[in-house]
Amino acid sequence: MMRIPCPHCGPRAQSEFIYERTVDSVVPLNAPPEEAMTKLFTRNNPRGVDDEVWRHTYGCRAWMIVTRHRVTNEISGCRAIGPEALP
Amino acid sequence: MSRYSAFSLLRGALTGQRHWQPAWRDPEPKSHYDIIIIGGGGHGLATAYYLAKVHGLKNIAVLEKGWIGGGNTGRNTTIVRSNYRLEPLHNLFEFGLKLWHGLSDELNYNVMFSPRGAMFLGHSDADMVKLAERGDAMRCDGIDADLLTRDQVAKLEPLLDMSRDARFPIQGGLIQRRGGTARHDAVAWGYARGADSLGVDIIQKCEVTGFVRDGDAVVGVETTRGRIGAGRVGICVAGNSGHVAGLAGLKLPIESQTLQAMVTEGVKPMINSVIMSQSLHCYISQSDKGGVVFGGDPDNWPSYAQRGHPMVMEGAVAQGLALVPALSRLRMVRTWSGVTDMSFDGAPIIGETPVRNLFLNGGWCYGGFKATPASGYTYAHTLATGKPHALNAPFSLDRFERGATIDETGSGPMPNSR
Ligand SMILES: [Zn+2]
Repeated sequence: MMRIPCPHCGPRAQSEFIYERTVDSVVPLNAPPEEAMTKLFTRNNPRGVDDEVWRHTYGCRAWMIVTRHRVTNEISGCRAIGPEALP
Repeated sequence: MSRYSAFSLLRGALTGQRHWQPAWRDPEPKSHYDIIIIGGGGHGLATAYYLAKVHGLKNIAVLEKGWIGGGNTGRNTTIVRSNYRLEPLHNLFEFGLKLWHGLSDELNYNVMFSPRGAMFLGHSDADMVKLAERGDAMRCDGIDADLLTRDQVAKLEPLLDMSRDARFPIQGGLIQRRGGTARHDAVAWGYARGADSLGVDIIQKCEVTGFVRDGDAVVGVETTRGRIGAGRVGICVAGNSGHVAGLAGLKLPIESQTLQAMVTEGVKPMINSVIMSQSLHCYISQSDKGGVVFGGDPDNWPSYAQRGHPMVMEGAVAQGLALVPALSRLRMVRTWSGVTDMSFDGAPIIGETPVRNLFLNGGWCYGGFKATPASGYTYAHTLATGKPHALNAPFSLDRFERGATIDETGSGPMPNSR
């Protein structure tokens, strides 16, 4: 099990979180059809580091971007997204 | 290659069994092959075998980064069946199931295929309707399927918890009697021996690190053992498809995830068939050695790590114990996990890529092992002719942008479907 450093709650057990999707597959509302298609149906899927959207579902319920290595599971970053991340 | 037979064993007995030879060669890579297959798992080796056997091609190499059969071929639950609801799926897997039934003879290698019956459990009225519909769809295409009553299920598998207040009450089932299990290693080794004897070079410890391009075409591969030229290149590395296709600049409709399985200590026969529940996502069978093999859901986040997380394993164990309470008396002796290509409609991808002379076979989700012969046979056709085989044509890479997904779960054309 991983320990994910929630930007709001601190390090918490992975079982409190749910993986949503990768950052490269978040579709902007104004994306043209081709871009939407690519983002919905394809992934970079690297055998290395990628940015992922996770949600602290059984905690603060906030969404966040976790930067994680896909082989070692090492988490090198976790930052908040959404209005609470605004200055 | 000498044929294996009872006589050769007997003859060997007189000479202390000193007659055994390596089952395949260990050749140095040549500078050029007509066809290079990346990935020496069951699918890649089967592809090479059928390329040589059916299409008469000789100048073929299989490149494997580790040792053959050391990836997902050795990391599954060895279940073989063709009981899918949708026509493209059950027709492809049924073609494979027919090959499975003659595979040991075909390869002169005992793959220990054991058609003991593959049974889905129904836990509710809705489940039973779905199972009946699936069985009807299969029988329309001439594939065997029998709906079982609750009593029939109880008779076949006495150790299932059939009580009315069971955690997952059982109302009935759907059995495919021609389904079963096989020996995973033997499938890879049998195809390897067969392909090698037909002239295929199987090159192990040879990882592909890049593609050699000439304009819009692939003309070879860079490997840890040097550059090798090729007329056509077939990717066959399910689990690592995203990584290898990425070397050619392709972005696939695939996310790699870990799928775990586990086995108990060996005991006398206690599970007669392959017990599966798709409502729970749980599958249980007993190996010929006596170990009870079971598995559950994938770890639902991307991973290339060939090891799983305990919390997912715990879920699989909880399901297994709820269905077969007697399992609680057994010790778990081994767990493993494979990296699976999860495609966005749950179906495989076989066919051309946007890069000329580069082909793809992947996206097998949880279902690759059973498809090994069918995957190899139809992919060999595609690599030999450059065109789809009738059975793999529906599984083309461009089906997502065309909206022609093959969505077995019936959840609609959703990304992240699995
Ligand atoms: Zn939190």
